[in-house]
Amino acid sequence: MLPKISRPKPLKGLRIPYLYVFILPALILIAVFYLMPVMLTVVISFTSMDYRLEWDWVGLGNYYRMLRDRWAHIILRNTLFYAIATLACFNVGMALVISLLTTHIHDKTGAAFRAAWLLPRITPSTVYIVIWNWALAPYPYGLFNWVLHSLGLDFTLQKFTIKPVHPLIPVSWVWVWVILVNGFIGASFGMVIFTAAIKAIPLDYINAAKVDGASTLQIIRYVILPMIRWPILFVTAYQTLSLLTSYEQILLFTDGGPGYATEVWALYSFHKAFAEYAGAFEFGYGAALAVILVIIGLIASITYYKVFRFRELMLESKIEVT
Amino acid sequence: MARAVDYVKMSIPYLILAVITSPIILMYVMLFIASFSKTVYGLIPDKVTLNNWNFLLTGYIQAPGTLGVEAGRYPNIYIVTFNTFLLALTVATLEVLISSLAAYAISRYSFRGRNAFLSLTLVLHSFPSITLLIAVFYILNTLGLFDTLIGVILVKVALELPLGIWIMKGFYDGIPWDMEMSALVDGCTRLEAWWRVILPNVKGGIASTMIFAFLSGWAEYIYILTFIVSHQNWTLSMLVAAMIGEWRFVDYGQLAAVSFYYMLPVVIFFLFFQKYLLRLTIASKGPI
Repeated sequence: MLPKISRPKPLKGLRIPYLYVFILPALILIAVFYLMPVMLTVVISFTSMDYRLEWDWVGLGNYYRMLRDRWAHIILRNTLFYAIATLACFNVGMALVISLLTTHIHDKTGAAFRAAWLLPRITPSTVYIVIWNWALAPYPYGLFNWVLHSLGLDFTLQKFTIKPVHPLIPVSWVWVWVILVNGFIGASFGMVIFTAAIKAIPLDYINAAKVDGASTLQIIRYVILPMIRWPILFVTAYQTLSLLTSYEQILLFTDGGPGYATEVWALYSFHKAFAEYAGAFEFGYGAALAVILVIIGLIASITYYKVFRFRELMLESKIEVT
Repeated sequence: MARAVDYVKMSIPYLILAVITSPIILMYVMLFIASFSKTVYGLIPDKVTLNNWNFLLTGYIQAPGTLGVEAGRYPNIYIVTFNTFLLALTVATLEVLISSLAAYAISRYSFRGRNAFLSLTLVLHSFPSITLLIAVFYILNTLGLFDTLIGVILVKVALELPLGIWIMKGFYDGIPWDMEMSALVDGCTRLEAWWRVILPNVKGGIASTMIFAFLSGWAEYIYILTFIVSHQNWTLSMLVAAMIGEWRFVDYGQLAAVSFYYMLPVVIFFLFFQKYLLRLTIASKGPI
């Protein structure tokens, strides 16, 4: 019986030309659309390039401007709030709730619930936002207001309002919607990983705890959660980066409004570079804003690679959960 | 009595799940109902009609507030659909071709820089490519690919390549080396062995990569928004986004119909290919 491991001594002579055929297309695309852009982003950030695409060097000018930019400070706060709140409530919080609940009920039903949560992720972002806009429309058209009214509740939900949710909670309604819109997509990532992890826990542990008289909550707290702490850490780290750099849904949903209320860092960079109403196409400043994210992205990606042994995690994904 | 308590206890998880999942279900049901009714109040349709789908017969959608003027029409729906389909299909095909080539090299060859290349694809998989938008814009402009679908296709393929390589490598690694060895002994070149012997054995990987790339290309919005100017190059995402832009004045029934029309491939996929959903979720690097 031959071992299954591949890669014995390569066949000399045949090797080199075919190797190029196999690998060059991928190498070229990665070089042109990944490696060059990373460098180019940094280089452009030292210029005041605009729609004429001329290289006017300004040194660190864009970075000084960023430090003095009043909006940049507000937007930084927005971004951190958005990332932390969405992460805690949905990408980790809701994901945990769903995977714990769906693994404790009838298997097929649980899978159906999880499938429903995957819908937002595979819906085109534009359609997804149409649905949300609609759901938040005023009574009698909007779904949410219609449901509230049907339940006899005298309460109206609005989309574009910076009114706080509650006098004691300084979070505005528009932020609630932004977090929900992103969170309903975001929860499924953690859900899938946590579900696989929970299903991989040997039943003996849980049965042993049951024999010892542990309640369901105690089992979750003292058996399940400690055993899936590594996946939780992974999802937290991975989704932090995704949230810090995502803006497509916010662009479509509020476009950062009202005013700059829901503008986040990545969206600000996009607006500076490509917004129609500004007209200026400040590629230089936009690139400088993007450099911050590129640096965060690079550090984070390399960290994941080193810390989380991505390889094994990706292999795990072959388990069926749906 | 104790049994009653047990039943209540058993139903609690179902109840919580039903409550937190209901917004999703209800929202999609609402879109479906709305696309077949004149007006919809919450989930109650007012007059069921097919009029919203007229755009499929006439081929065009009138932009709101343009009073039926021909210049006020959005680009022909079939051209837009064709563009979307072309984009998605080309992205999927190129993605499968290029990533299965590269993954084969990684899986089967030992060459200098192999480990570096493997690590690179892994690092790039989690790297937020969306942050490179400005530089990619500059590159496309320099290459003369700005405002062309080819440009968007190349960008999409490149950005999803790390994932494709990953999926395919996993499948190649599962194939015993003996198979292609016998092909090589029989006189095949490496390329022929790959094409004739190996590829037929990694159909699962090809299907995963293909579906993922197709849906991702089908749904693409940001790169179209940024790199496409001409109306004749629009895709469905631009059309829907344009209608969202006219939110106050748009014909809602029609908007629902167009949205549902745009979602059809996703719905089909959701209903018939659920086993791929999981890999798709883990793989997606885009939003959140």
